[in-house]
Amino acid sequence: MSDVAERVKKIVVEHLGVEPEKVVDGANFIEDLGADSLDTVELVMAFEEEFGVEIPDDAAETIVTVGDAVKFLSKSA
Amino acid sequence: MFDLTGKKALVTGATGGLGGAIARTLHAQGASVALSGTRIESLEALAAELGERVVITPCNLADKESVEALVPAAEEKLGGLDILVNNAGVTRDNLFLRLKDEDWDSVIAINLTAAFRLSRAAVKSMMRRRYGRIISIGSVVGTSGNPGQGNYAASKAGLIGMSKALAAEVASRNITVNVVSPGFIESPMTQALNDKQREGILSDVPMGRLGAGVDVAAAVAYLASGEAAYVTGQTLHVNGGMTMI
Repeated sequence: MSDVAERVKKIVVEHLGVEPEKVVDGANFIEDLGADSLDTVELVMAFEEEFGVEIPDDAAETIVTVGDAVKFLSKSA
Repeated sequence: MFDLTGKKALVTGATGGLGGAIARTLHAQGASVALSGTRIESLEALAAELGERVVITPCNLADKESVEALVPAAEEKLGGLDILVNNAGVTRDNLFLRLKDEDWDSVIAINLTAAFRLSRAAVKSMMRRRYGRIISIGSVVGTSGNPGQGNYAASKAGLIGMSKALAAEVASRNITVNVVSPGFIESPMTQALNDKQREGILSDVPMGRLGAGVDVAAAVAYLASGEAAYVTGQTLHVNGGMTMI
């Protein structure tokens, strides 16, 4: 697992309080991990902080799974 | 009760009658306070009066960039932000038929849009810290209406709807969002009334007097406190019984 994926998963586990084994690439934040819409905004804020990047709103809307986040952050971080 | 020691508060319109009273009261309860307004000399005078635990963050709420910079500036100077008081407000009264677009736009921009931008900025870090108090100063006319104040009444009613929507969104993050809605309070705004207008107003106030700034400030201090943790999306009317709703 890449370093980015590691860090993304750590944030998701901490923030959503879910079992680490559930945080797989295909896991949808809302449908699979029980996030609400505000959680997804907070996750994006947490990613921005951890990776020191700015995620524009239109990009944030495309980040719906753990894999989406890893992919986006691998490109921009 | 209502102890604000260690809390960090930003008050807009702090050089006004009401804003000054709110800033003094929050400060007296122990909060560190950022005073915002356009008149720097008045801000400095109030800061000197309060002494410790106070910073000034000048801002022109009619200017978008200036508004966007305010919350980050207050957070930096205070080391965080727990309490935002959207107090600043202006009037451009006229009969509806004579109300110019500029009068409408400027009142909405300062009274409502600035409060939106400041709340949006403040809630970001409040969400992270899982604590926050956003209090907007409305007006009885936002609920009752008032001839000659179509723009002002709209802006104040807008604050109520906005606060309820935001309150519902962020309640799970331990952030409360409320409105304190004053009636007729002694201030430069009400001092502009003539004697006849004053008499007319007082005949509608069961308490038989205009309110004082501290009457409103005490309501703000309550909503800002830990004791008001279960109160959100509400409008607290402070009007001497003028309108009972």
